[in-house]
Amino acid sequence: MNSAMNSGASAATDPILVVEDLHVTFQTRGSREVRAVDGVSFEVRPGETLGVVGESGSGKSVTSLAILGLLPSRGVQVSGSIRLGGRDLLRASNRELQRVRGRQVAMVFQDPMTSLNPVLTVGRQLTEVIRRHTSASRSEARDKAAQLLDRVGIPDARSRLRNYPHQLSGGMRQRVMIATALACEPQVLIADEPTTALDVTIQAQVLELLKELVSESNTALILITHDLGVVAGMCNQVNVMYGGRIVETGERHQLFANPRHHYTRGLLASVPRLEGDETQRLVPIQGSPRDVIAWTQGCAFAPRCVAVTEACLGGPPDLVDSGDGCRARCVNMAPKNSSIWAAP
Amino acid sequence: MTTVHDTLRGLMTPTQVDAKPQSLTRDAWVRLKANPLAIIGAIIIVFFVLVAVFAPWLAPHNPKLNTWFSQIRPSSIPGPSAEHWFGLDESGRDELSRIIFGARASLIIGVVSLAIGAAIGATIGIAAGAFGGWVDSLMMRLTDILLAVPGLLLALSIVVVLGQSQTAVMIAVAVPNVPLFARLLRSSMLAERQKDYVVAATSVGLTRGSLVFRHILPNSLGPMIVQGTLALATAIIDAAALSFLGLGSADPGVPEWGRMLANTQKYLNIAPHLAIFPGVAILITALGFNLFGESLREALDPKLRR
Repeated sequence: MNSAMNSGASAATDPILVVEDLHVTFQTRGSREVRAVDGVSFEVRPGETLGVVGESGSGKSVTSLAILGLLPSRGVQVSGSIRLGGRDLLRASNRELQRVRGRQVAMVFQDPMTSLNPVLTVGRQLTEVIRRHTSASRSEARDKAAQLLDRVGIPDARSRLRNYPHQLSGGMRQRVMIATALACEPQVLIADEPTTALDVTIQAQVLELLKELVSESNTALILITHDLGVVAGMCNQVNVMYGGRIVETGERHQLFANPRHHYTRGLLASVPRLEGDETQRLVPIQGSPRDVIAWTQGCAFAPRCVAVTEACLGGPPDLVDSGDGCRARCVNMAPKNSSIWAAP
Repeated sequence: MTTVHDTLRGLMTPTQVDAKPQSLTRDAWVRLKANPLAIIGAIIIVFFVLVAVFAPWLAPHNPKLNTWFSQIRPSSIPGPSAEHWFGLDESGRDELSRIIFGARASLIIGVVSLAIGAAIGATIGIAAGAFGGWVDSLMMRLTDILLAVPGLLLALSIVVVLGQSQTAVMIAVAVPNVPLFARLLRSSMLAERQKDYVVAATSVGLTRGSLVFRHILPNSLGPMIVQGTLALATAIIDAAALSFLGLGSADPGVPEWGRMLANTQKYLNIAPHLAIFPGVAILITALGFNLFGESLREALDPKLRR
């Protein structure tokens, strides 16, 4: 895993980003520490799309902020390793991080309405990034910016450069955000719920755009979402997170065909489907994400799990092989090929 | 069917791209123009500035010459007349000319002291807002010390220490402004720093310098500009107060509204016009800056943007 990246023929299969045993702990004075991310490991390869699913507070966004080194330094402890092409980002200096951000790893944020600077034109914001990372002149950067806007499907790109963010619609702004993130052709693109703030019709367009861009430029995409439909439509690999840990991971088709962890099953059972028995009621997951126990005591999902037994409280379960190349963190895995609607 | 579509296509007007930049400043300008209070404020300010600049041409007489001293009696000072619209002052000088030249002193002191105060305050505010941590604590304790002393008292002691001169008055009026500007800029920068677009700008690898000066600072300046116009009004009043207390510029012949007001105390019962004219001049000027400043605050308020 330590081999240098982009080394000839093996580059296509070597992971570009390797996250190993990532822990993020928030510690505010006078209150209990909160383990937002608790030993997360995964890797992404160029041209691959990794979906990260989980409900609010499962550690998805904190993981992505940690990769970019955007977590505040005060009151936050980060440990483990995040290797991008052989370089450990957690041990990189601030100056090194500034060079990595935007050029090697970039991020598309959730809310396009607030993620653009209101007092600078779209063109200024784009050229700023281009000129920061390349030696392009002012006019070259402007040409590049117009090309980028054109590429993300903004009509009349050159005159749009002179627009301020508030003159653009939400979907347009999210396109601008994507253009900014892609400005320097990063090897890894993190999209943190890129469509949550958008209309359904625009959602589909933005996702389609991301999909195209990934396949065109061989970028690795980490797509953070709580929309399983999006995952099903776009991702190669899926990480399901709960309580700061990955509870189930695997190749998308295999995982969705045969979910073994009761949380993944619960998520799937709560999504309406067109095919199948139409009298089938949706089954919500019991309780709320606040009902957790510490991983050290047992499975954090146990208080909400439909298949909970005494065995669930015997210390932290390991992420074990669950067949078909998938892995699940559960001591009472659901039987293979069982219906997600069936009672355990 | 194609014919229907063709007709439809013909009927549809091509989508116009509205590429005219509609910046924050332009937007604020449009709303400012629609506000009658802002217009009144602006007219007063422009009038005041023109009077100050063109004082030598506008003033009917030399403000320093007591040509009409013979007309002054212990029991009467001539009031407004056709020749002297604002009457004569206690030394037989033309009051109107002195008011006109007084605008000059007020404008210079107001603008220069505001510039000094805002520049020092902004520097402290930027340092505190950009670095945070111990720099922030140090800067804010410094401003706390300045804030703990009443403004006029601070100004008075500065003039006493520096000696009586116009420069001393400017510095004295500027210093109490420093903590106000510093705190204002710091707090708006801290609020701005938390915003999504700053995180987004950080995530594309911009350096701290460009983050602070191109992203955070321009978005934090609104309150500073408003405070600036309001502080100009205060600066003019403060300068008048200092010269009223006898700490204006060293040359007693130089017309200053505050000093003119102070000198008339003894003659208040025989020549009330000597108190009214400089008083009204101070009032109107301060009112103009206040009206304009308040309207500017409203115009720049992002909550009122469509």
